[in-house]
Amino acid sequence: MSTPFYVSPQQAMADRAEYARKGIARGRSLVVLQFADGIVFVGENPSRALHKFSEIYDRIGFAAAGKYNEYENLRIGGVRYADLRGYTYDRADVTARGLANVYAQTLGTIFSSAAEKPYEVELVVAEVGDTPDGDQIYRLPHDGSIVDEHGSVAVGGNAETISTYLDQRHRDGMTLAEALKLAVQSLSRDTNGSEREIPAERLEVAVLDRTRPQARKFKRIVGRQLSRLLEGEAADTSSDGDDSDDEK
Amino acid sequence: MDFLSDHQPEILPGNRQLPPTQGVIEAPHGTTIVAVTFPGGVVLAGDRRATMGNVIAQRDIEKVFPADEYSAVGIAGTAGLAVEMVKLFQLELEHFEKVEGAQLSLEGKANRLSTMIRSNLGMAMQGLAVVPLFAGFDVDRGKGRIFSYDVTGGRSQELGYAATGSGSVFARGAMKKLFHDQLTESEATTLVVQALYDAADDDSATGGPDVARRIYPIVTVITEDGFRRLTDDESSEIARSILERRLQQPDGPRAALL
Repeated sequence: MSTPFYVSPQQAMADRAEYARKGIARGRSLVVLQFADGIVFVGENPSRALHKFSEIYDRIGFAAAGKYNEYENLRIGGVRYADLRGYTYDRADVTARGLANVYAQTLGTIFSSAAEKPYEVELVVAEVGDTPDGDQIYRLPHDGSIVDEHGSVAVGGNAETISTYLDQRHRDGMTLAEALKLAVQSLSRDTNGSEREIPAERLEVAVLDRTRPQARKFKRIVGRQLSRLLEGEAADTSSDGDDSDDEK
Repeated sequence: MDFLSDHQPEILPGNRQLPPTQGVIEAPHGTTIVAVTFPGGVVLAGDRRATMGNVIAQRDIEKVFPADEYSAVGIAGTAGLAVEMVKLFQLELEHFEKVEGAQLSLEGKANRLSTMIRSNLGMAMQGLAVVPLFAGFDVDRGKGRIFSYDVTGGRSQELGYAATGSGSVFARGAMKKLFHDQLTESEATTLVVQALYDAADDDSATGGPDVARRIYPIVTVITEDGFRRLTDDESSEIARSILERRLQQPDGPRAALL
């Protein structure tokens, strides 16, 4: 019988973190930005069926980079958690903070359990408030820590470059069209600094729109509405109002 | 809901043990719900009274709820149980939509409600029945549809109009004489309020429009654009114009004899 080599705990954790980071880096990046009327999710996603963004509850949205089956699993868990909370207590008792805590626990347990491989995912949980001050964005890296973010956040392969780019240009009170354009610009920057064009069909865009009259604030932006927002000049902000009622 | 029955079965309505009881349990009951289809959608409406025996338990109860964007449920029967059933039904539809990324078909929603009513059969046999009326806009077929139920969960699709609850007999009679298949949306909303008025006229458990307290029937419309509940102003307008006419003609509009 062979004796296993001794691996120090530090080394073991570093290896696992390295493994998870590499897995996440293979996926495409996505960004989450605050704008005047809510929070917008933008990512490059060639698939129309496998979503990176999803509705969790009335005011809470979910974004994930990394391995699809792993984050889909977490997403369904989140929807269950939120729906069960809302049914047992009240819709107002479902919060992004609570959900982020549950995700952090799950990811942390999986990350440090020797029996399982770490999840190769990085999540963003966002909740839109009644005012921009009430917006909450949490980033959850693979190891189960929680980072409270403001303004803009990027996750995925090229996250560092993108978030530096966003931090310099993002400001409070942007319109949806401005925020969307900034997000697309940031996503089209490659690691080596060059730029490429991302066509509208390859973009997945969703918003948590606090001006929506329904209780459920999450809405996907697709097709004509998306191309209009991308093409519209910055001066064309007056059309923002009717954009929000167009869909569904 | 499958997940709930594994995870936390005690919060599902069907899983509660009831002690054996003698006679009927007194609890507030909701009364009349009516629905009418028109080209382009469906109207679902309910009166505002809840009764407990011969006592009016509540004057302004709300018995019509949106189930999701394209459907609504009106409840007759034991109010507490029915409201809980609707809450769970709403949750299921929303949960399905979020997890699967697509809405259930209208048929699927109607079947699901059927199962939920069936799980209440034990309670129903002790006098705590819940008999809802389900109406929705079928996005695939592009028209409004109505489903009615019995206490055992038996489901049947109703063509044109339907009613449930203690005043349903009178409401159905009224609708039978007023309904035709080319109603406009505003005619359909007027028709349901007329039917509820007739139900209240002959059934003591159904509440008519209460002008003094400004309590009017709840009227909801479901079309291609989704669910919409008429505002208080809109429904009071309909109720008042009907009341106005009934001052001259207490029995309401007359149908042709032949």
